[in-house]
Amino acid sequence: MSLSDQKPDLTSIYNLEIKHAPDAGGHFGRFGGRFAAETLMQPLQEIEDAFFEAWADPAFHAERLDLLKNYVGRSTPLYHAKHLSREVGGAQIYLKREDLNHTGAHKVNNTIGQALLARRMGKKKVIAETGAGQHGVATATVAAMFNMECHIYMGREDIRRQAPNVFRMKLLGANVVPVDSGTATLKDAVNEALRVWVASCEDTYYIFGTAAGPHPFPLMVRQFHTVIGQEARAQCIEQTGRLPDVAVACVGGGSNAIGLLHPFYDDADVKLVAVEAGGHGLDGDEHAASLAAGKPGIIHGSLSYLLEDEEGQVKGTHSISAGLDYPGVGPELANMLEAGRLDLDAATDTQALDAFKLLTRCEGIIPALESSHALAAGMRIAAAMRPDQTVLINLSGRGDKDMGTVFELLGDEIEGGWK
Amino acid sequence: MSQMRLSEVFKRCKTEGRAALIGYLTAGDPDVASSHKLLARLASHVDIIEVGMPFSDPMADGPVIQAASERALASGTKIADVFAITAELRSANPELGIVLMGYANIAYAMGFETFAQKAKAAGADGVLLVDIPPEEGGICDAIFAAHGLDRILLLSPTSTDERIRLADQKGTGFIYYVSLTGITGAEMGAMDGIREKTRHIQSMTDKPVCVGFGVKTPQQVADVAAFADGVVVGSHFVSQITSHDGTDAIADALGSSALAMHQAIASGA
Ligand SMILES: Cc1ncc(COP(=O)(O)O)c(C=O)c1O
Repeated sequence: MSLSDQKPDLTSIYNLEIKHAPDAGGHFGRFGGRFAAETLMQPLQEIEDAFFEAWADPAFHAERLDLLKNYVGRSTPLYHAKHLSREVGGAQIYLKREDLNHTGAHKVNNTIGQALLARRMGKKKVIAETGAGQHGVATATVAAMFNMECHIYMGREDIRRQAPNVFRMKLLGANVVPVDSGTATLKDAVNEALRVWVASCEDTYYIFGTAAGPHPFPLMVRQFHTVIGQEARAQCIEQTGRLPDVAVACVGGGSNAIGLLHPFYDDADVKLVAVEAGGHGLDGDEHAASLAAGKPGIIHGSLSYLLEDEEGQVKGTHSISAGLDYPGVGPELANMLEAGRLDLDAATDTQALDAFKLLTRCEGIIPALESSHALAAGMRIAAAMRPDQTVLINLSGRGDKDMGTVFELLGDEIEGGWK
Repeated sequence: MSQMRLSEVFKRCKTEGRAALIGYLTAGDPDVASSHKLLARLASHVDIIEVGMPFSDPMADGPVIQAASERALASGTKIADVFAITAELRSANPELGIVLMGYANIAYAMGFETFAQKAKAAGADGVLLVDIPPEEGGICDAIFAAHGLDRILLLSPTSTDERIRLADQKGTGFIYYVSLTGITGAEMGAMDGIREKTRHIQSMTDKPVCVGFGVKTPQQVADVAAFADGVVVGSHFVSQITSHDGTDAIADALGSSALAMHQAIASGA
């Protein structure tokens, strides 16, 4: 077997057709759109024009796919987690290993695409918001490679929770700006990045980190992430001879979820499951389950499900994982939910932590706390299925960034002999 | 006259040979009771008041107005209080133009129909929702029109001619030209550029064009009033709330500041 046989070139399976596109205004059904301040309307139009122009240009994809292969390390493996499947005792669990991407999460698929776009548009400066710091790291990484000035906005609370990523961003040459307003988490970091962008859109490109925000971000971010689901779909067929029965992903803003799930949209027999952060439980306010517990609202440039009080004030959220700690969600997932093409699930902090421990010990893979939510729900779903069925779970990132949080929670237990 | 009140205001100012003075305060800042008094005082020196509806995530606002929203919400201000404050302003000032200003979600959460009914009943003349550009007006334009509420649209330095035409078609009452690419409270840009763009917009619309963002001093008010149909002062008024102690002292500071601006408009015109 030659080296190239071991890692087949999957670029031929990438489908560049834009399927299930929103309308011209960026609406997915009644969701989405461009609810932005006037100053941003023209800059957003320019990004939309540049995106469609680039997407139609083979040279853009040649460079993008080359970077995805040789810089990011795509395709990522699809791993049959036999030990975990045995432990769970149900369907076969397959993990899409986005944790093995350069920088340790799926986020880089999107930042490569948007940085190429920024360069195409002649912008010398990029800004981004970040929650867990994964999008910030992925942005700082491509900014370093493309030699662009980079400013990352991050809530003060998240800076505390995700210290290793903050240091990585600084190492990469990014300026990390703490955000103290509101709840000092991801939503406030988005607010601040938007404010900065309003004042600097002339020379600055805003690399939005999830499949939410004003049009064209939900569409564009989805297109950059569908490599996940397109590869997984082909790999599933290659390894099992058929499509998975269920595909599962965690949802913060929705980028890894739409990236994994969208390529299965038209496979009616594949059940698509979005897993939200259940925090301390969905009955109270201490969670981040926008689709399950929110209602339609307008925030950060689009209409989608939103956790808000009866007055329309956006609620603070809670999740053990900073990357899921967001009161909104991408408009396409909202539309898929209402169209009956998406099933909802949630994992609590405790369930996510248990899944984190189990995968680590069973398979020697330390997942991100965000991805642990998808694992927790995916295992629950698999447990109720037959051994000849398959559940595909998106392992959106690795857990290195979470060592601090996990040490605080499990340190004593592990030092004292964790079983 | 109610449906036409904003255009009446501009007509009246025009007969007086001057631009309109428009003041902004966030309702409920620092608390509902004080806010009633502060807005009442401001009302005696301005032609139009923008009553800010506090919001948890004021994405287009700088630190001063962000803090105003936070104070208002922390002191328990509800949307019902915003309407009550508006109603009181209206009953004491029959000729004052009143615009409810804020973010889409406050109106969306209540439902635009209910929101419009309540706004109208309270005596508002128009609504300015920062994050509902003309393209997304399908969710509210017809409802506001049916209730006789003007829909104020914004333009900015990044607005193309196509967008100016769109604002002219879809907006009513007046056009609010945001004079800088930035958030509220930033420093004003060079007056020449602002004048040029304002005149350009005026050449494309019959609606009054008001200029705001960054206007802080009577001199700036006079400079803008020389070419605009109205001048908007926001952060400067809001900042009085933290630079003075006690409602009476704040009200006095607001009153004298607004008076000085009014005089600058009247004399400079
Ligand atoms: C590893 C990982 N997974 C998931 C998420 C959630 O984001 P999204 O819903 O956009 O995939 C994040 C966000 O930071 C993340 O770092």
